[in-house]
Amino acid sequence: MITIFGIPLQAFLGQLLLGLVNGSFYAILSLGLAVIFGLLNVINFAHGALYMFGAFLAWMGLAYFDLNYWVMLALAPLIVGFFGILIEKFLLKHLYKLDHLYGLLLTFGITLLMEGLFRSFYGVSGQPYSTPEALRSATNLGFMVLPNYRAWVVVASVVVCLLTWFVIERTRLGAVLRAGTENPRLVEAFGVNVPLMITLTYGFGVALAGFAGVLAAPILQISPLMGSNLIIVVFAVVVIGGMGSILGAIVTGLGLGLIEGLTKVFWPEASSTVVFIIMAIVLLLRPAGLFGKEK
Amino acid sequence: MKLRTLSAALMLAGFGLVSHSALANISDDVIRIGFITDMASVYSDIDGPGGIEAARMAIADAGGMINGKKIELVFADHQNKADVAAAKAREWFDQQKIDMLIGGTNSGVNLALAGIAAEKKKVFMAIGAAASDLTGAQCTAYTVHWAYDTVALARGTGSAIVKAGGKSWYFLTADYAFGHALERDTANVVKAAGGEIKGQVRAPLNSSDFSSFLLQAQSSKAQILGLANAGGDTINSIKAANEFGIGKTMKLAGLLIFINDIHSLGLNVTQGMQFTDGWYWDQNDETRAWSTKFEAKLKRKPSMIQAGDYSAVSFYLNAVKATGSDDGDTVMKWMKSNKVNDMFAKNGYVREDGRMVHDMFLMEVKKPSESKGPWDYYKQIAVLPGESVFTTLAESTCKLIKK
Repeated sequence: MITIFGIPLQAFLGQLLLGLVNGSFYAILSLGLAVIFGLLNVINFAHGALYMFGAFLAWMGLAYFDLNYWVMLALAPLIVGFFGILIEKFLLKHLYKLDHLYGLLLTFGITLLMEGLFRSFYGVSGQPYSTPEALRSATNLGFMVLPNYRAWVVVASVVVCLLTWFVIERTRLGAVLRAGTENPRLVEAFGVNVPLMITLTYGFGVALAGFAGVLAAPILQISPLMGSNLIIVVFAVVVIGGMGSILGAIVTGLGLGLIEGLTKVFWPEASSTVVFIIMAIVLLLRPAGLFGKEK
Repeated sequence: MKLRTLSAALMLAGFGLVSHSALANISDDVIRIGFITDMASVYSDIDGPGGIEAARMAIADAGGMINGKKIELVFADHQNKADVAAAKAREWFDQQKIDMLIGGTNSGVNLALAGIAAEKKKVFMAIGAAASDLTGAQCTAYTVHWAYDTVALARGTGSAIVKAGGKSWYFLTADYAFGHALERDTANVVKAAGGEIKGQVRAPLNSSDFSSFLLQAQSSKAQILGLANAGGDTINSIKAANEFGIGKTMKLAGLLIFINDIHSLGLNVTQGMQFTDGWYWDQNDETRAWSTKFEAKLKRKPSMIQAGDYSAVSFYLNAVKATGSDDGDTVMKWMKSNKVNDMFAKNGYVREDGRMVHDMFLMEVKKPSESKGPWDYYKQIAVLPGESVFTTLAESTCKLIKK
């Protein structure tokens, strides 16, 4: 039997694949953060809470309105996105002229409020949510048995990530968006409604968080605290990838998922710390992050 | 000389007065109870606001007063931080003059509180914490450990499973004091019963994805996967185990399961699981009646810890009533010489080391078809007599036990 660092090749491949699944969550969450930071210069601390909101929406859809997973996968990001638009329109908008720190504080406050509200209504133990019928079985890949749902998570998030990257980096709409953040006045002079564009961008960024929340609902505990458990890691991913870099967020998210997966085999106790060790090393060597540009 | 005799006489009289008031009086005319627990984080469903309400129910059932002296309850959130809890406890003892301290969830916090209460010579009742060290190596003359502990969980679940043929074990352990204690105590039970430990993986607290750890466990080819974790970690590991079909090759043993966890996971995922609990709402008329009152306020059934809160506060108030005093030594003496008989425990007693010995129960999660609705989750498999599941005095490492 072939072994890698003392563990069988099959187990090694299995762990890599699981790392990729977790990496998909990191990628899609950090992508949302990167889009928002890149275009709005806002450090969106509410991202974790909105991810939690997405997961709760999936559960609420089923529990109160009998709407299944697939309906909620489309609906929840829209609701979260709309909620984000309200946050931007009524709160965040007033802070753009101030230091980044104010945006961070505001969104952190929103996080505490949302978590508190959900906690007082639903407690912290979490809500049950089953995997959708169509994805309930598992596929034998030879080296491991992979639940189909996990495969779906990877496919769905990679597709969404690539589409986002394509729209922002390769289309005319994306070009206008990027130009709007570089020089809003000039772009407005061309007849583009920049404030509206920014509002929609924020809405889209947080909709990604809502989408990730629905993806997570069948496999994780749907609890008010689920966002804050994850968000710090995701921030580390964004910092490693380079603040605001779209491609950086995607690649780093997937990559760190893999590294974390391997850590879980070789040194399980350190698996929650490894991301931060990498962050420290990257910041020492490349302060702007792996894909960031020095300003 | 005369002056000296006079002052000596006065001193004697003074001492007499002091000790008299300590023995048969309520200090500052109020019986104050302080309750420190996790109010908002991972352990707040199993205790938290529900636990506070249970304590209030006990005070209300005692009439809110003893011998005309008011009973007061103050509470605080420890945020799962021992230093926060310790600072609050000191403030309460020194400034608010509390007479009894209740430690809710979190073993680390409770170990810190036990030390402070002993220093102040006040009664400390640990209810939600699991670590058996509270009445073991770190016991004090003022600690009473009420609902359960890691040894009882290990002996209850561990020996039942080994007896049923689950000889080889692998542990998925939460990587902190509580997880290590639970793994250690269970491994000892398994080995003593002739079982074998194939290995363990220690996952950081609050890991969100457990699939990687579960596959490692599965490749060990052990029959039993012991989950030495709690709360969200247990829920996420059971969810993932179900998704990856771990149950096809190994049987899951949740070493610390609360009814709130089952409610959150649903019966489809948890059916057939066996575990040890100290109390269940649907055991008899008394438990049902109390739970109905609790549910009317909290909109859910009580956990073992919340029932324990009620029971412990009631027992303490009985002690104050019987002795007419809230002095730590007097109350402890009464509590260690009288039986606990309420809806939580029958013929329970507080031992020399502070352990409240009462029967525990081996439970099995019902099939969805057997459950009549929400919260109807458990079948009682066996009664585990207190003497056989808790650490025996002979095994105890508590320094209060004279050997």
